[in-house]
Amino acid sequence: MPLWLLLPALAVLVPMFAYPLYQLGLLSLFDYGQPQVSGGEPARFVGAGNFRTLFADPAFWTVLGQTVVFAAGCVLVTLALGAALAVLMTRIGKLARTLLSYAALTAWAAPAMTGSVVWMFLFDSNLGLVNEVLGLDGHNWLYDRTVAFALVGAVVVWHSFPFVMITLYAGIQAIPPSVLEAAALDGASAATAFRRVTAPMLRPLIAIVVIQSIIWDFKVFTQIYVMTRGGGIAGQNMVLNVYAYQKAFASSQYGLGSAIGIVMTLILLVVTLFYLRALRRTGEVL
Amino acid sequence: MRKLLALPALLALALGAGACAPSTDAPTDSTDSRTGTLRVWLFDEANRTAKEAVVNEAIAEFTAKNSDVKVDVSYLATDTRAEKYKGALNDPASAPDVTEVGNTDLANFVASNGMADVTEDNRKWAEAADLPADLVQTVTVGDKAYGVPWWIGVRALYYRTDVFTALGLTPPTSYAELVTAAKKIRAERKDMLGIAVGGLYTFGALPFVWDAGGDIATNSGGKYTGAIGSPASKAGIKAYTDLFSPEICPAQQCVDLTGGGTVEAFAAGRAGMGILGNFNRSAVEAGAVKGKYAVVPLPGAKPGSIAPAFAGGSSLGVFRSTTHRSLAVEFMQLLASKKYTLKLYDAMGFVPAMKSGRAEVIAKEPFLKPFVDTMEAGTKFVPVDKAWTTIDAEKILPTMLQKVITGKATVDAAAAEANTQITAAFGK
Repeated sequence: MPLWLLLPALAVLVPMFAYPLYQLGLLSLFDYGQPQVSGGEPARFVGAGNFRTLFADPAFWTVLGQTVVFAAGCVLVTLALGAALAVLMTRIGKLARTLLSYAALTAWAAPAMTGSVVWMFLFDSNLGLVNEVLGLDGHNWLYDRTVAFALVGAVVVWHSFPFVMITLYAGIQAIPPSVLEAAALDGASAATAFRRVTAPMLRPLIAIVVIQSIIWDFKVFTQIYVMTRGGGIAGQNMVLNVYAYQKAFASSQYGLGSAIGIVMTLILLVVTLFYLRALRRTGEVL
Repeated sequence: MRKLLALPALLALALGAGACAPSTDAPTDSTDSRTGTLRVWLFDEANRTAKEAVVNEAIAEFTAKNSDVKVDVSYLATDTRAEKYKGALNDPASAPDVTEVGNTDLANFVASNGMADVTEDNRKWAEAADLPADLVQTVTVGDKAYGVPWWIGVRALYYRTDVFTALGLTPPTSYAELVTAAKKIRAERKDMLGIAVGGLYTFGALPFVWDAGGDIATNSGGKYTGAIGSPASKAGIKAYTDLFSPEICPAQQCVDLTGGGTVEAFAAGRAGMGILGNFNRSAVEAGAVKGKYAVVPLPGAKPGSIAPAFAGGSSLGVFRSTTHRSLAVEFMQLLASKKYTLKLYDAMGFVPAMKSGRAEVIAKEPFLKPFVDTMEAGTKFVPVDKAWTTIDAEKILPTMLQKVITGKATVDAAAAEANTQITAAFGK
């Protein structure tokens, strides 16, 4: 394929992606805060100084660790739920299917902000419906770190499973019935047919939803920021994106915030590359 | 093909923009036009119409004298205020001429080169001598003044008169009495907090630290170092966090309360006491406890003493990028004058910064007595340094309090950690 065919894509990607990334990288090498932005003090080149500060900060490692665990949990639950419901959709009647897809689409369409606020109302310590129904007056759902993460995780999953469900459902529907019929004629059980026919045919789709989910959940911001009021009690529910926001914008350390952004980008690039390589090995053409 | 042609154009655009790496330009200094529009930023308030009426009166007086000038006032919503200021600091074209500024934010604006030095202008101002020294300090960075104090607010102890009478309690005059009263209230009224305190309520916690002789940071030779890890500060932290016990204000309910959250709890009748400001009166009056509360100064550890309060409030300043320097200073001084601060008190209940203005409102409003007693006992302030913005934004103090309250760290460990972070913030 002639390489020049890539040019239109580059025309979009370079200004929209590479240039901001270049600026991010540049900023991450400077001591760049509010006084520097408004010209009160000159911007000072600090080389890898921001990265050294970051890696020497034990809080960063804690936040990174819990972001990975939290994102992994959200991805697994989202995929399991989305896949289970996609299979369910192929088995149920038309009315039930329509209802299910509407319900899922509504959750999908709800802005993250709105969803988070509504869930917070439900779980409010003093006035929330959940405490009212369970008779737990004054119980604070955000008090315990794990419970708080689980609650926020539920909202993240609630927001993102419809994408997985609809995508996989479409994929399953697109598998020609003749292939499955042939498998059945050859004596394959339903489980074998799923394992040897459906799953391999869905692999490219699964790859897309997995990468998408990892990227979304690793970058989760709104739900944590809104529900735990910027990172939870004593910052116990801080994730990387909120941490970057806090450093970059709340306390105006744009250089340090950019360094966190670079670290996040690299981590996600590595994840994506690993996944692409794994797919290559199984012989998929992407 | 069209996309292909667009590529060089886009690349050129990207390269052109790439030329502006982090800027090191100095901003332009103010010029002094006597005509045109004077842009003014003030804070939005819950009952803004009352504030607006006072400001409009001042504008009328101002434009009567300067007939070629229009005054354009914007009221900044609390939530988006920080963003607006960032925009103003970054781009002189979107900056106002005169602005209200929260007194804890001023030092950062000065470090960002945003505020005009008005030391000389204040020296010439007839009313300047009426400003109390401790408030002038809040607008002073180095030895230069960057604004004028406008109004002040301090916090004191609100308590429920009906509950105190029913339980035979008297208003506490020491920390020990406060604890006893709070425990009794919670023991007798199961659905009430003894005293509403919050893990995110920095200005509620600081009086305890200051009363114990501690501080956030100490200044020696113009350089701040963290002092929150000192033995005195730790005693204060312990005094405050001990209030989050199940017999007073259970950690589950109180650990993530903000100052506003404690106001809400007290106003709704869910607490026997609360550390609220004189500026919170209208919120309390609008709540269920209207007519059922009184105020005393927050007691210190020593019987009969008053815990030093945080000198909250707001100031007025002139942006350095203004194109109407003289007019801006003139309008700032007009708004900050005794005449208009008294009107502002009548409208909003904000206590005037001026000594004589303060004396006048106290004479006519007995409600203010405990607050004035607190002010006269001596107020304290956060470090006047741009690092305060970092300390505040990174929630260093609330995080320390919450770690102690939830038992995640001891007072020693949490205070030592916060101390390191505070010292680091000053080092930047």
